[in-house]
Amino acid sequence: MLTTKTFIKKTKKGGILKIVREHYLRDDITCGSEICEKCDNKSARPLQENPVNKSDVCKSPHYLIPDTNVVLHQIDVLEDSAIQNVIILQTVLDEVRHRSAPGYKRLKDALYNPDKHFYTFYTYVERQPGETANDRNDRAIREGVKWYHNHLSSKKMSVVLVTNDAENKRKASEEGLNVFTIHEYVKSLRDSSSLVDRLAQSGQNVSYRDKVEFPEHLSLSVIQKGIKSGKYVQGSYMASRENYLEAYVSVHDGDKMIFIQGHMNLNRAIHSDIVAVEMLPEDEWSCPSSLVLEEKEEKVDEENIEMEDEKVKKRKIPKELQQPTGRIVGIIKRNWRQYCGIIRPSTTRHLVIPAERRIPRIRIETRQAADLASQRIVVAIDSWPRNSRYPNGHFVKKLGTIGDKETENEVLLLEHDVPHSNFSEAVLSCLPKLPWVITEEDMKHRQDLRHIDVCSVDPPGCTDIDDALHCRELENGNLERIDMVPELLSSNLCSLRCDVDRFAFSTLWEMTHDAEVVKVWFTKSVIFSRASLTYAEAQMRIDDKSMNDNITKSLRHLNKLAKILKRNRISNGETNSMVEEFMLLANVYTAKKTLEEFPDCAMLRRHPSPPPSNFDPLIKAAESKGFKMDVSCGKALADSLEKAVIPADPYFNTMLRIMATRCMMQAVYSDIIVHRLLAVCIGADASYPSLTDKHKTQTLCNNLNYRHKMAQYAGRASVNLHTHNALQILIPKYGLEGTLRVHRHVVKQYSPVFHRVIVQISIDQSNVQHLKLSIKLVEPVIPGFSVAPAKKEEEEDGPPRKKVKT
Amino acid sequence: MAGLELLSDQGFRIDGRRVHELRKIQCRLGVFSQADGSAYIEQGNTKVLAAIRGSKQKTLHDKVLVNCQYSMATFSTGERKRRPRGDRKSQEMTMHLRQTFDAAILTNLYPRSQIDIFVEVLQSDGGNYCASVNAATLALIDAGIPLKDYVCACSASFVNDSPIVDINYLEESSGKPEIIVATLPKSEQIVFLEMNSRLHEDNLSKVVDTAVKGCKDVYQILDTAVRDHVSQVATVHGWEN
Ligand SMILES: [Zn+2]
Repeated sequence: MLTTKTFIKKTKKGGILKIVREHYLRDDITCGSEICEKCDNKSARPLQENPVNKSDVCKSPHYLIPDTNVVLHQIDVLEDSAIQNVIILQTVLDEVRHRSAPGYKRLKDALYNPDKHFYTFYTYVERQPGETANDRNDRAIREGVKWYHNHLSSKKMSVVLVTNDAENKRKASEEGLNVFTIHEYVKSLRDSSSLVDRLAQSGQNVSYRDKVEFPEHLSLSVIQKGIKSGKYVQGSYMASRENYLEAYVSVHDGDKMIFIQGHMNLNRAIHSDIVAVEMLPEDEWSCPSSLVLEEKEEKVDEENIEMEDEKVKKRKIPKELQQPTGRIVGIIKRNWRQYCGIIRPSTTRHLVIPAERRIPRIRIETRQAADLASQRIVVAIDSWPRNSRYPNGHFVKKLGTIGDKETENEVLLLEHDVPHSNFSEAVLSCLPKLPWVITEEDMKHRQDLRHIDVCSVDPPGCTDIDDALHCRELENGNLERIDMVPELLSSNLCSLRCDVDRFAFSTLWEMTHDAEVVKVWFTKSVIFSRASLTYAEAQMRIDDKSMNDNITKSLRHLNKLAKILKRNRISNGETNSMVEEFMLLANVYTAKKTLEEFPDCAMLRRHPSPPPSNFDPLIKAAESKGFKMDVSCGKALADSLEKAVIPADPYFNTMLRIMATRCMMQAVYSDIIVHRLLAVCIGADASYPSLTDKHKTQTLCNNLNYRHKMAQYAGRASVNLHTHNALQILIPKYGLEGTLRVHRHVVKQYSPVFHRVIVQISIDQSNVQHLKLSIKLVEPVIPGFSVAPAKKEEEEDGPPRKKVKT
Repeated sequence: MAGLELLSDQGFRIDGRRVHELRKIQCRLGVFSQADGSAYIEQGNTKVLAAIRGSKQKTLHDKVLVNCQYSMATFSTGERKRRPRGDRKSQEMTMHLRQTFDAAILTNLYPRSQIDIFVEVLQSDGGNYCASVNAATLALIDAGIPLKDYVCACSASFVNDSPIVDINYLEESSGKPEIIVATLPKSEQIVFLEMNSRLHEDNLSKVVDTAVKGCKDVYQILDTAVRDHVSQVATVHGWEN
């Protein structure tokens, strides 16, 4: 079994550690080509015998071998179906893995896709004395190409090295290899105009005469030294949603935030990059302008960068408002993704306006600009040279016509980074075949609860049916409550729709009528939901004395228990309501059980206490009406909210509560993992080894937190509590909320917090990417600002009540 | 950034091996003439020297007393540090080795005597216990002490749903489960089994099987080495036929 291998020691020196690793060189690696007769033909051979060839520069059939930079920068092109039969050398794969996690993932997807005919080939080349790692890798790639060249030459199959590195290209052609730049190669393909658009522009010496010059970014080694000595700090860059001239950098260790302001200080960082920051001297510290600034739609003025920066500098900042302010000196890691946007065609260069406001405009080159004008498109950023006002990028794909429902959905999902692309083959093969039936195998580990009358109740505004409830009286007088959560979130397969058998994860309680838990256990189950009710329907059933079916009885029991539970918990100092009450109970018990069994990798959801400063807007708003908010703890807050009632104005309390909720940060949720861990503890599932792995759980958790956050953004637009020149308006009649921009002195003059106003609403279509609710003030009448009422009838069927707050 | 990929999608481990492949094993018997028996083994970059000495003692009348001494050379790991004989790790290893060989040596053949097994790890790259056991077995054979069978040891781990055999230092320190087995290969009896880190019971038997299979492979190599050594010695002494 032991193949004879020579081995070579690799020695690395770092600090005092001397690491000696051995590496086994193999002689059993195959070339992966269908055409080959030399290699063992039992292993996979994805490279085709007759590859489709549309190239004019290499007319013989050939396989492509890209170098690392081509893979990193031109992955959009490589992913195109026109590019097939590609050999990825191990050296390239390793480098891509170290340099870009998303790039690596996309490359791996291509390698897995049988239609792409990608193949990984291992090469090993020892570093020569005096040779840099880069030179070694380039040489390894050329060695790989040479090997294939010799290996397949008898079969009349060529290999083409694709590299944009001039030196590498020169050496390769000296060695007699076929070599082209990606641009030469792609442009030589017949019918390739759309593919040419997708070429990234980096390394193509695109220069625009923008008359700007950003400060140079420091090199990584300088940054590292600076961070060590404390001169610079490292953090994640978070562009402001409201003002394109402002950003914060969240410092990695510690909760510190550093404020950054002005083009030159922002220095080409893009949202979510990891950056190095140098602090400014204290007398230059600044604070957010609180002005809602949006980048000018109109012309791009070459000088305006400096002008804008000057304008910012001129502002006088009172000492007490100043925040630690810094400037960005270098980029540690770019975290660019693909961005949705619309194109604004012009004669020479086209700017793409991303749907995400935190991303700057992106300049792209395309030959189909006119065609793209009506489309939502996806673009990628390639580079941001010092002399360019905007980052350069390239076109990736069209999403569809602007305004089309499907397209808009796709934009939302993409922009909030909710993965929605087609699942890979591997994932699909795990899913049961449709039509889906429950098999005996499935029942082995599950409790059959289909005979129980279960129904689901959606909390208001929730479309995912994901909690089903049941409660019945047991023979011993106690109540049995069951709480079921579908095993995986979403999809037809899992959500607890009524009238179909569904897998669920159930928590069963035996409780007394006083809501004391006697016993609790967990099981995987099969359930059959009798009804899926909305909140209102459930309430109706509870109130309707004539209804006495099992479901209604169940609901009444639940309602009663929920009230008791709520009372108990409020006296412990927490706020919550109804269905959530039970979800919470389920979570508490699940957490206990999971923690017992998996002390290392249990994930618990924690409600961190929100920092008191978060509550400032709430306290101020309540004060304006003479109420005091005690935010010292959850219970105190709940009590003060309870008391803050103006009998004549029932919406006052509602609005306060809305504000209170906004002030509290939402916590983290990680349902799926909790389910899996719980499944393992009750022995229903074989454990996934990676699930009990602390580090993997940690990464997964971070990802979950991130997804959760993004999903929340997708779910509701974030509301800015900090602007001083806008009023938030709640329109109860339509359940709408909007922003009314007013001049500062109007706010001062009228002090309109919680005032009732009359407004006129319409849809602002001036920016198709962000259809906005436009609100205009009707009453109180402010000369030069308010507008005349539009139609009289509207007011007659009850004037919408509006509240405002600063 | 991306951590180490212990097992690539193409089925290769960090050092280029496939999942079921052992590291290269090289060994020699009779490396010292002073000792009653000695052997040197290299399993990849792990290098171990073992020596045997027999002597009289009076404590046990019905069987031989097996005594072990395990130590690691100061230069054996990347980090150079003093390793006093009595440190906890060495003591534990010493005890494990004694138990292992107590089970394999036909102890009742030598009443009122003592067998000392000295093991020194010269270079460590994972699998110290395994290499020590294998070296000690060879040294015992070199000393001509009757054993029930060879004692062969091998480790295994579990990465990406796949058991891997004979793990090196990098794989060992990745926090993945580690199973160490010593067997008497002919009868497939397990004389020692140790597990580190967590592994789900569903996968346990797969990983143990892999380690046991590894022991058999080790046995093949050791056996060849012993036969080569014997025939070499025979040639030198003119004992052919
Ligand atoms: Zn071949």
